[in-house]
Amino acid sequence: MFELLGIPPQALFGQVMLGLINGAFYAMLSLGLAVIFGLLNIINFAHGALYMMGAFVAWFLLQYLGLGYWWALVISPLAVGLLGAALERLLLKRIYGLDHLYGLLLTFGLALIIQGLFQNEFGSSGQPYAVPPALQGGHNLGFMFLPTYRAWVVGVSLTVCLVTWFVIERTKLGSYLRAATENPALVQAFGINVPRLITITYGFGVGLAALAGILAAPIYQVNPLMGADLIIVVFAVVVIGGMGSILGSILTGFGLGVMEGLTKVFYPEASNTVVFIIMVIVLLIRPAGLFGRAS
Amino acid sequence: MRSNGASTELAPARTPRHLLIAFGIMVVIGVVAPFLMYPLFAAKVLCFALFACAFNLLIGYTGLLSFGHAAFFGFAAYVTGHGAKVWGLPPELAILAGTAAAAVLGLAFGMLAIRRQGIYFAMITLALAQMLFFFCVQAPFTGGEDGIQGIPRGMMFGILNLENSLTLYFVVLGIFLAGFLLIYRTVHSPFGQVLKAIRENEARATSLGYNADQYKLIAFVLSATLSGLAGSTKAIVFQLASLTDVHWGMSGEVVLMTLLGGLGTTFGPVAGAAILISMQNYLAQLGGWVIVVQGVIFVVCVLTFRRGVIGELARLLKKPL
Repeated sequence: MFELLGIPPQALFGQVMLGLINGAFYAMLSLGLAVIFGLLNIINFAHGALYMMGAFVAWFLLQYLGLGYWWALVISPLAVGLLGAALERLLLKRIYGLDHLYGLLLTFGLALIIQGLFQNEFGSSGQPYAVPPALQGGHNLGFMFLPTYRAWVVGVSLTVCLVTWFVIERTKLGSYLRAATENPALVQAFGINVPRLITITYGFGVGLAALAGILAAPIYQVNPLMGADLIIVVFAVVVIGGMGSILGSILTGFGLGVMEGLTKVFYPEASNTVVFIIMVIVLLIRPAGLFGRAS
Repeated sequence: MRSNGASTELAPARTPRHLLIAFGIMVVIGVVAPFLMYPLFAAKVLCFALFACAFNLLIGYTGLLSFGHAAFFGFAAYVTGHGAKVWGLPPELAILAGTAAAAVLGLAFGMLAIRRQGIYFAMITLALAQMLFFFCVQAPFTGGEDGIQGIPRGMMFGILNLENSLTLYFVVLGIFLAGFLLIYRTVHSPFGQVLKAIRENEARATSLGYNADQYKLIAFVLSATLSGLAGSTKAIVFQLASLTDVHWGMSGEVVLMTLLGGLGTTFGPVAGAAILISMQNYLAQLGGWVIVVQGVIFVVCVLTFRRGVIGELARLLKKPL
């Protein structure tokens, strides 16, 4: 086999693939954060905890009801989305008039509660979740071995992201959403139920996080802390991309995942920090973010 | 972030009497505390009280929410621990080295973070602190998962034996009071008035000719430096510097202490630190539930108790505290 820069192509493309998968999670999570922030003006710190819950709901379904991956793929985002809608109605609704930093503090508290409860119940070790039979195995592409499940994850998340983009930018519901982001009072005056739109948006955003959690379950195991560190990386992704553009969020997420994968090949020591280092560079060169507008 | 409106009037020429009385009560409690409870526990409360006061300087008076203050606290603890244990520095120089390291780190983080406003500021500080956390996991001098253990306390200024827990406590009390008074002086100076003006309306402060970024940076560095002082002192008290101190959980704890005590109040962070540390102590047998309880306090504070303990007290007394 040929080699690239002294790295066997198996390792190189394997890491790039893993990077794409991480990038898929970054993209789905930062997309949800951006949509929620647009309408609620809240940075949802509980996003990582709800991503974790998505994976756990899938695990519960398998463990106690015998419902497999395909059921979980539908039920879990719905369940977590409903929980999110309830949280929005009961708690978040009460702080819209306040400085948006309170939203960060409130959702941080929610994240601590959710993560703490799961950690008490399941400890810090992971619960294995098997890859569904239909997606086991893989293909030899000649230059690398491609596990089917990994290709599936990238494909699904890319599709979900693009559908989200289409719904927000090209449909009537999306136009309401964009209008309400610009001026909620005016949109309400036109007879659109903005509070319900807000609830739906929050439910949708956290449902997206839950979907990412299920996709991650067979790769990373189901762990109470799986979202805790991830959410901080996603914050850095949001700072790098800026929350102004949906396609920008998707592109930034996948791009940074691949960068992280490449760093794992060439300089593994920095693989944990490379996203943060890129954030520092972006802040120095383009403070508003790659796709952001200067405020 | 707006605090209770109580502290927004112009600084009076002399310190109001009720503040002097409150300060007196705090000092008396500080002096008798080591005789009523375990001195090391009281010293721990003081370290975190100073940390929370330093944090409050930023959120309460400048309106900047930093979610990465554990970086300054924890990194200063590592530098102090390394200085005292490996370089054999006396405690006063080790603490100074830790504090100076936090100041340099604060300058670097501050210059990056103030390039974005509001919610982005919080996310950037959190991300930078996480970067430092990973650095501390890998750097050889931090001892990885073990941390730096058995940091020698030594002789302060060559005469005060810090192995004696009462001596140690009163040295910590002195450091705390010095930091507390420095923050009070800063807040009630013309500089502090400009910080409040930036908090209330940054665009207007800029239009009046103040360089808002410069003021924010100075406040950030000062806050980071004093957080470092708290972390360095903590390293000497517990003879330990570990990854817990630089973890984002610690950043969350200092936010909670300040919020619980009262954002933008003089004595709130001290009360908040005392309540939270006591709670952790008494609830320690509950294990993992402490995190859940902290989360619940966060939610309750934000929803119904935004003035905090001291802020509510000040409202009852109709005097800023």
